[in-house]
Amino acid sequence: MFDRIRRGLETLGHRFIGGIWRVGSMARFFTLVLASSGTSFHRFRLVMREVYFSGVLSLIIIIVSGLFVGMVLGLQGFETLQKYGATESIGVLVALSLVRELGPVVAALLFASRAGSAITAEIGLMKVTEQLSAMDMMAVSPMARVIAPRFWAGVISMPLLAALFAAMGVFGGYIVAVVLIGVDNGAFWSQMQAAVDFRYDVLNGVVKSFVFGIAITVIATFEGYDAPPTAEGVSRATTRTVVSSALTILALDLVLTSLMLRGES
Amino acid sequence: MPEDILVDVQSVSFSYDRSPVLKGIRMRVPRGKMVAIMGASGSGKTTLLRIIGGQLRPSAGGVYIAGHAVHELDSADLYRLRRRMSMLYQHGALFTDLTVYENVAFPLREQTKFGEAMIRDLVLMKLEAVGMRGAHRLMPAELSGGMARRVALARAVVLDPLLVMYDEPFAGLDPIALAVIGQLIRKLNDALGATSIVVSHDVVESLSIVDYLYFISEGVIVGEGTPDEIRRSPMPYVRQFVNGEIDGPVPFHYPARPYAVDVRLAPGGGHV
Repeated sequence: MFDRIRRGLETLGHRFIGGIWRVGSMARFFTLVLASSGTSFHRFRLVMREVYFSGVLSLIIIIVSGLFVGMVLGLQGFETLQKYGATESIGVLVALSLVRELGPVVAALLFASRAGSAITAEIGLMKVTEQLSAMDMMAVSPMARVIAPRFWAGVISMPLLAALFAAMGVFGGYIVAVVLIGVDNGAFWSQMQAAVDFRYDVLNGVVKSFVFGIAITVIATFEGYDAPPTAEGVSRATTRTVVSSALTILALDLVLTSLMLRGES
Repeated sequence: MPEDILVDVQSVSFSYDRSPVLKGIRMRVPRGKMVAIMGASGSGKTTLLRIIGGQLRPSAGGVYIAGHAVHELDSADLYRLRRRMSMLYQHGALFTDLTVYENVAFPLREQTKFGEAMIRDLVLMKLEAVGMRGAHRLMPAELSGGMARRVALARAVVLDPLLVMYDEPFAGLDPIALAVIGQLIRKLNDALGATSIVVSHDVVESLSIVDYLYFISEGVIVGEGTPDEIRRSPMPYVRQFVNGEIDGPVPFHYPARPYAVDVRLAPGGGHV
């Protein structure tokens, strides 16, 4: 009995230390990425290529999801606001939810599962097939040539995708509320314009998605770079990217939101 | 007059997680020659290649290439030295997102400031040398194993390196592709005036192309000599390896407790 508890505690401690160790390695990796970023700016084409793969190819999923989320918000919002006779505020509700929360968070979750997993799998497979090692032997740093461009591409794409997600969501809300249900068009837009503050709402949303972009790409590139060079290793790393990115996004969202609301009050 | 030694491996030892892989390896590779490092799978030969290339640091001893102490170089100096050497990987390690042409052009684009016309000439020249010029527009996924390795060979020599290292260049090839790669390696080595280190376990092919061979077993050198000396060698390990005998100095069984103990026919058991 005593032995079993002791073993359980040992395993728990082992995992805890392992987790901290991993966070430490990731922080070190992040510093290395920043230090190796010269090539990315010097040869910006490398970054643009990755923006295409992680950003442009994520457009469909972001646009369609944004539209649906906005439409559902419109429906649910109308249902609730109707009880208070405030259906004209539907535009405010849709826009604020999207710009402050759903835009950055849902777009980041989608980005992590669409682009983050692809980045991890690609880098992991480059490691398995010794492409990274071959590059290193050619005196070309894989950090500068492969990792840093993907990192910066993610950081650039994420806020743009979040903004697009929010814009599509507002459009979806407009279709449901104004076109289908018949809320007054002028009230929809003018109330939204009056209530959404550029600095507190829009900029804070951009800051959030920027932070999420950094978190997702650091996790995705680190997991790929650190993956054991086997089929199983890469598959586990890909799963870990999606799971840790999702948890990190939600935890960071809580922290950022509380900081931003404190700043506002 | 002493021989001009390009690569000097001095008493190199290396351990992975405290288990020794290499134990005091000494090796000298003269300039312009082809040297093979042979041994069974897991004998430490690829590890030795990585130490020579500076990707791993020895726990004792050192590697000197053209007078540079590879094991002491910082990363900037190591990269400077690596511009004059190259490595051909077991499966080619071609960049899967680039065409054959771009793969061969990669070292030129990264390491030189050559114009596009110059790059094109050099790439096509090297592809012609390995017989793959006609495939320059293909993606690596469209090539067979042997063709991919020829393209990788063209990429490895595109900067006319001083030293080329080959990690199992013959593994997994059909007999024709194997002979082609073997001949190409020798031809390119002589034409470019390069020096080559070939890690392999293909005895027949290696004996036919290299100038000198080292045999590694369990992290130590157990035999060395020119191909003729190796063919006539009475050393038991070399005999076993060259003739492909199942049991000998390299045991058939993974180290284990006595069989009788494991099947509980003798005392000293417990759970396996």
